[in-house]
Formats: sequence, structure tokens, C-alpha cells
Amino acid sequence: MAKKTDARAEKVIKKLVGLGNEAVREVAAGENPSVEIPLRALSNINFNEKRQIIELGNAKQERYLFKVGMARKFMQTFLVASACKDLLEEGKTTSIRDLYYITKHTLGQSRANTFEEQDESDPIIEDLEVTIDSLREELNLHASNKGAAVGDLTIVDSGDVIDLRRMGSGGWSVPSIVEENVIQFRRGSKAKYVLLVEKDAVWRRLNEDRYWKKHECILVHGGGMVARGLRRFLYRLHHELDLPVYVVVDNDPWGLYIYSVVKQGSINLAYESVRMAIPKARFLGLSSFDREGFDLPPNVTIKLNDQDRRRGEQMLKYPWFEKKQWQKEIQQLLKAGVKLELEALSAKGISFISEKYLPQKIEAKQWLV
Amino acid sequence: MKKTASQPELPLARGREEKTAPRARGTDATGKKPKLKLVKRSQGTAEPAPALKLEPRKAESAAAAAAVPASLDAAAPAADAAPPGSPRRRATAESLAGKQREISVAEFFTKNRHLLGFDNPAKALLTTVKEAVDNSLDACEEAGILPELLVEITEINQERYRVAVQDNGPGIVAKQVPKIFAKLLYGSKFHRLRQSRGQQGIGISAAGMYGLLTTGKPIVITSRTGKGRPAHHFELVIDTQKNQPQIIVDTEVEWEGVDHGTRVEIELAATYKTGRRSLDEYLAETAIANPHARIFYQPPKGRPQQLFDRASDELPPEPKEIKPHPHGVELGALMETLKSTEARFLSSALQQEFSRVSVAVAEAICAAAGVDPHARPHKLTPSDVEKLHKAIPTIKILAPPTSSVVPIGEKLVHAGLAKEIKADYVVSCTRPPSVYRGNPFCIEVGLAYGGELVEAGEEDDDGEVVPGEKGNVAETPIRLLRLANRVPLLYQQSACAIFKAVTETRWKNYGLTQPRGSLPLGPMVLMVHMASVWVPFTSESKEAVAHYPQIIKEVKLALAECGRKLASHLRQLENRRHEAKRRSIFELYCGELVESLHKLTGREKKKLQKQLLELARKHTGEDEEGDEGVDDAVARDGARGGDDAEEEG
Repeated sequence: MAKKTDARAEKVIKKLVGLGNEAVREVAAGENPSVEIPLRALSNINFNEKRQIIELGNAKQERYLFKVGMARKFMQTFLVASACKDLLEEGKTTSIRDLYYITKHTLGQSRANTFEEQDESDPIIEDLEVTIDSLREELNLHASNKGAAVGDLTIVDSGDVIDLRRMGSGGWSVPSIVEENVIQFRRGSKAKYVLLVEKDAVWRRLNEDRYWKKHECILVHGGGMVARGLRRFLYRLHHELDLPVYVVVDNDPWGLYIYSVVKQGSINLAYESVRMAIPKARFLGLSSFDREGFDLPPNVTIKLNDQDRRRGEQMLKYPWFEKKQWQKEIQQLLKAGVKLELEALSAKGISFISEKYLPQKIEAKQWLV
Repeated sequence: MKKTASQPELPLARGREEKTAPRARGTDATGKKPKLKLVKRSQGTAEPAPALKLEPRKAESAAAAAAVPASLDAAAPAADAAPPGSPRRRATAESLAGKQREISVAEFFTKNRHLLGFDNPAKALLTTVKEAVDNSLDACEEAGILPELLVEITEINQERYRVAVQDNGPGIVAKQVPKIFAKLLYGSKFHRLRQSRGQQGIGISAAGMYGLLTTGKPIVITSRTGKGRPAHHFELVIDTQKNQPQIIVDTEVEWEGVDHGTRVEIELAATYKTGRRSLDEYLAETAIANPHARIFYQPPKGRPQQLFDRASDELPPEPKEIKPHPHGVELGALMETLKSTEARFLSSALQQEFSRVSVAVAEAICAAAGVDPHARPHKLTPSDVEKLHKAIPTIKILAPPTSSVVPIGEKLVHAGLAKEIKADYVVSCTRPPSVYRGNPFCIEVGLAYGGELVEAGEEDDDGEVVPGEKGNVAETPIRLLRLANRVPLLYQQSACAIFKAVTETRWKNYGLTQPRGSLPLGPMVLMVHMASVWVPFTSESKEAVAHYPQIIKEVKLALAECGRKLASHLRQLENRRHEAKRRSIFELYCGELVESLHKLTGREKKKLQKQLLELARKHTGEDEEGDEGVDDAVARDGARGGDDAEEEG
């Protein structure tokens, strides 16, 4: 494994050095040194109809050293680049928070720091990723673990064999780096699908009810918005084990947005959509029509607030929600003017979701794509 | 020196007299027509109505007057008591007539001393010095002598001080000394149109009167008119009822070391303060406005002597005496002038009595008024004069001769400010002369910004200097120095036309912050000087300039000119600050970048550092607009950008 990492690392180190050499060349030539960074903004996002994913456009932005508004970021870009080179050469990985501390120090005699907040360093890492077209994982950086998995599957994580059937109540914490060199899937899984639920609490309910065992699936939660480690994990399960992915989220714009990110990617990480988006991911619920379909009592609903409404209106215009079934779904949500949390299903009984709702919906193929 | 008539053209004094006269006449009328009204004659009316001008109390001996100075109340008429035997009417015309009498100017001012600037002991000290210094400077300049003044304040006790002001002027002829120093409204300056500090001939005698009233001590004068002539020493008091000087001592003395000059000494009830509106402040401002004067100042309480040295050895040019300018002459004045003229024809009368009236102008005025230019001036009917008065403003007439107004001058305003205030930036502006009500005047503005003013402390209400923290000054109002004919005006700032013009100027356009209707804020001293043959003060104590629109307009124009220069200076400062900031930012980041690039590429640090700093210097010279805020390769998608951030956990 060590050798394999080295080969990958060599490639990335080369790119980083190349970035430095270019800057040095420009300085020697008396030019204002600059870095060309693909623009990560809504204006530079395309929805690829054919592949059904969000992609980064070709727009780029020059980041100059000698421009007041850019100088700081320019300096930070190279600071992060040199820190990543160190990491790669030492063969160590570290968290993005750790990197923030590694690179944070006081500037010269001033009272200013290279970074004041982690919020300042995280986007620089993303900039670097897109600039040298290397993923964070390839830079030996990772985010904190987020999300958990349990189910009919055995994996190998950094050489340790982990049986996801025997993970107790907590499940296996999904790390932010789940590339093949770190995690491999063992054959022999009987799982028929992957079920992603939005929330930890609902996931616990399902795990306690041994839902994954009864229905032979892999049960995953993202603790809210899905982190990219988990998205990559889902992608690999979907493609390598050929498993359909079902998504169960709250019935509100936020839930729909989580599904949308899983399905075709996010704006900020559009450059990673290719290796993370699952256009075939199935939206199982909660649907705006479930309230009637499952005869839920009216008192479990929450009114939409202004922000929800605004978001809903915006979503109606997204090209990836142009299909008729989506327009109907979102319009129904706005029309009803209420949202529904997954926990609302418990009004019908504590295990209603695992015993009735999910089996019935999957059985009846009541999902949207 | 002309002698002033005892009836002054003093608005207050005149107003009072007008009231008195008609009533006296009314008394006569009722006396002659007893049948028209049933008047119960009381014993008071038996006496004949007193003459209009009555001296009710024979003056006591001069010495007595001096020794027992009339207190304020003593000078007042006895309190009214209802005449006995007339229960219904409190007084009759006749009884009233018994009390009606002339009021002496001196008596009037004894009662109204605030009008002359003696409201309180602190102000009294200042006013006394001010009157003496004004006279000294005027005298020196008229005689063509570079003024050298000595101002000494001696503390007798906490509430009593002795003021001595000595000059190297031409001296005063002994015969004139008593009248000048101990008779109100006596002087050389009232009846002429010529720029000078003093105007009415009240000041120094009023100071002497105040001293006499509060301490009983006479005013002491020593004067010598030239080498080889004797020096005269006078001790004078003023008879407040007669407004006449009384000489207590008149001797010839030895005056060593002084060839010519005058020394005035007055002892008075006063208090000595420092800080704003203090004597010290007044002298400092006087030094700014009179850069050709040298003033030695010996403050009381053992404080060290100060020297306000001169910045110029040139005397200001001598102001010319002028005739009134037709524009703005009042109807009454015009009638008076035409009546008293020696010219035979109207046309020539206009030419002789007014400045800037040529044959053509005179005929144009007559034509516009429809009055025969060959008419006899004293035979004109009032309606003709009125027509003339109306016609004058419609005719274009040259501005009054500039020689009559002597500004300090742009260069000397600059020098005066620069020598007394250590500022970073000084700018000055002298406007061309203009006219208000037929009086030529000239406005000058000087402005000092930054430097020691930034560090300077602020004074609190007691005049105590509170050390100011750096940076605080931007929050405090600027200091406004108002001057009229080179005399600092320290009181009644908010009543002054100059203040009004300053507050109505939009200082925000010139880079200063300004609360609505107030002085702008910042480390700045602003000096506004009005030079004129006749400065229109709002009161006799000469503290505020009256609100003539022409004056306000001229001040604003001068302020705007200096303001524009200040604005460009402030912009330069701002640019330089911005530049320095940019450079320091780049230099800071360059150091960091060198480390990173060295780690990445292994290049030599020193060389990189040198190249980068050169680039930084090159790039900070340019102005790169709009380079802020464009830099963000990150999504700026409102709510959605936030969502994605959460994706990272």
C-alpha cells in the first residue's frame, strides 16, 4: 500500500511544484504573479442533461499577488500548497482543521495571521483542488467523519476487516476518505439496496428494528447534509456493487436539496460530481403526497417559513427539477404550505416507518427519480 | 484729532434720548391746555416743568468723585414714590417731568457695562488689555512705527489685578491725554471712514471707568511724544455724570529708555484664567493677526514671560480714508449729505461726496431717477432724494477703492498661523474687497491642519487643558479664530456672521465631518479675518459681526477656496496612507510567499525576496481600481453556498 500511495503522491507533488515554478517564473520575469483558478460559483455551473449531473464550467479566475483584494488569498494558496507538499512527502494525512493549525501563524511583525478562521482556509483547499485538478484525498487531507453505515456488507478499512452487520447500535463511522486504497468491499454481500436516511435518530430507529437485516440492505445516514466522504461511499456502493440508492428525507425544501446533492452534485463541489453524483438515486420520501397516502394526522405538520418558500420557488427553476413529477412534488409542498419531518411518521406508531412505510413504498415502487 | 460732539451716534444712547424728548414735549402741551383734561393738580405740578437738559446733581469735587466712586445704584435715579394726595393717579405729567432728565453716556455705560465687555471679572481683564493693545497698535501703525508692545499683568490679590500696556508709539500730546483716557466717546476714529481697530472712542476710557468703579484707583498714563521732550504722567478719573475727565495728578517725569510711547495702567477687579477665551488666547491670536508686531507678555502668578515675536518687518500699508460708497447709502444719510454739501449742482455733489462717482455715473443716477443733474442739492424735495436713492442701486458703480481696506495678506496670514501653530498644512486666502452697505470690506481665511493639533489636548469648561488621546481630535470641533481689523473676537461666537458662514459651509465636501449646523470636526484651526473701514458689530463690546448677507457670502467664498485646497491635501494624505498600507500588506505577504515558494520549488529565498519587493514597489505606484471583492472562486449563491459548506461537516 505504501508504494501505491507514493506513486499517487509523486504525481500530485509534481503538480504542486509546477504551480510554484510558474509563480517563480512570473516573478523573475517581472510580471504580477497569478494563479488561474476555475470559478466555483453558480454562474460557472452547468447541468449536464446527458449525464444528469452538475458540472463545473470553463470559467476561470486569475488570482494575482499584487491586487489588494487578492494578495492575502494568493499568499494563502501557496501556503496551503507547500503544506500539502510536506504532507505528501511525509506520507501522512491530516484533517482540514489540522491543516488550518499547521499553516496558521503570525505574519511578520504584524498582528495579522496567515489565517484567522478555519472558514478562511477551507475554501483555499478547495481552490487548490480545482486548480491542480487533484482531489482533497489526493492531497492527503480529510474532513472529520460524518455519517454512519450498517448492513449486509463486509469492508476492509486501512487493512482492518469490518463486518457492517456487527456494528452494534452506533454503526461504522464513515471517514472522509473512502478511496479504494483505503477501503475495499468484500464479496458476499446479500444487500439488495442502499437506504440513505437524513437523520441519525431515524437511522437508530431502523437499526434497532434490524430493518437492514429483515430487508437485506445497507443502512446509511448523513447527519443532515451528506458530507463528501459519504457521497463517495454511496457512489462506490452504487457502482461497484450495483445497488440502487434510496433516499429518505424530511418533506421540506432542505430535504429535497439533500437528495438533489446526492443525485447530481452540489455547486460548491461541482468539480467532484463526476465521482460522487448518483443520477439514479431514488427519492423515496417523505413525499408531499404521503400525508394523504398514509393518512397522517394534521397536527404533525410544521408551517413553511419564508426561507422555505423562497427555496421551494428557486428549486422549481432548477433544470434538474424540470421533470413533471418533480414540479408536481414541489408545487404540492408549496401549496400545502406545511412541511413534515420523518419523525412525524411515529405518530402512527413507533415502528411505523420500518414496518409499514418503507416496505410499502419500496414494494409499490413509489419513488421519484 | 477731531473732537466728538457730546451727542453720540450710538444707537443705544440715541434710542434712550428719543424716548425722553417727546414725553417732555407732551408735558408742555398738557400744561397749556388744562381744560381738555381734568387734572388734579398736586403740589408737584406747581413747580415749573424742568428744562429738558438738567443737571440734577451738582458734581461734587473731583477728588470726592474719585474717592467715592459712584456705585451702580448710586448712579440710578431715585426710586419712584407715589406722590402723596393723589390716590388714583400715581403720577401726573408734571410730576413725571420732574424726573425727566438727560442721561450722561458715562452714566449709561456705568449701568450697562456688559455692553462694553465688562460683564464679569475674567472678561473685564481681557477687555481692558484688549482696548489698550488695540489703541497701541493703531497708534503705532498710524505713525509708521513697527509696534513693540509690553503687556504686564500683576496680581494685587485674587480679585484685583493691575494691567499695564506700554507701546513704542508716537505718544500723546499732554493736552489730549485726559480726554482720550477719561472721556467716553472721544476719539479720532469715529468720524472717518478708515480701517482701524478702534472705532468709537469708548474702549480705553470705559476700561478706566470700570477700574475706577471697582477699585477706586485712577487710570495712570505716561506718555512721551519724542526724544528730548518731557514725559507726562497723569492720574485721571472720569466724572460719570458729566462724562468729563478729572485730573488728579499731572506731572512731568523722567522716563528712562523710552524715546516715545505711551503706557497705560489700570487697576481693576478681575480674575485671571487660562484656556479658551482667556487673555493668553487673545494675545496669541493677536500675534497671528499682526505678524508685524512684537509683544512681550508678562502673565501674573509668577508665570514666565512670553514673547510673541514678529514674522515680518513690514508694516501693513496705511489704510486710506475714503468717502462713503453710493451703494448701500441710507436715505437719511443721503438727505443729510445733500443738504450739507458745498457743491452747487446735484451732479457735482454726488461726485464730491461719494467715492467712485464719475460725471458719467452721476448723470446716469440722475437720469435713472428723473432728477435734473443741475438741480441745487439743498433744494431737492424729499421725494426727489428718495427717487435718487432708489436709482443708485440700479447703476453699476466701481467697487470702493481697495486702498481703503488693508488685509493682512495671504502670505502674512500664512506666516502668522505658521509661527504660532505647528501644523502640518497651512493655507490662506485673501478675497478681493467687496462692499456691504457702502462700506468696503475684505475677507481673509487661513487654515492650519494637523501637526501638533492632532496631539493637542482639549480644554474643558474651566479652561483646564485635558490631555487628549491621539485620534480623539477627529471627534472634536475645529478651533475657529474670528478677527475683525486684526482684533481677535473671543466671545459670542454663535451670534457672529463668521460663525454662521462657517457652519453653513458644507465641510463634508472638503473631507471633514460636520454635525448638522455645527463647526466641522478635526484637528484644525480656522482663522477668518474681516478688514473693513467699518466693521458692523452686533454690540459695543465688539464681539460678533452682524449678519450682512454680503459679508456671509464673502466668508463662504473664502472658506470654499481654502476648503478646496484642504480637500486636496486630505486626499493626498489619504492616498499616501492607502499607499503605505498597500505596500505594507504586499511586503507582509511577500515574505510569507517566499517561504512557501522556497518549500515548493527549492529556489533561493534571498533572490525571490528581492524580486518580489521590487515588484511590490512597482505595483503600489499604480492605482488598481476595483481589485477588491472580485476575488472569489467560491460559490456565492446565497443560501446554497451555505448548504455546501455544511457538506464538509
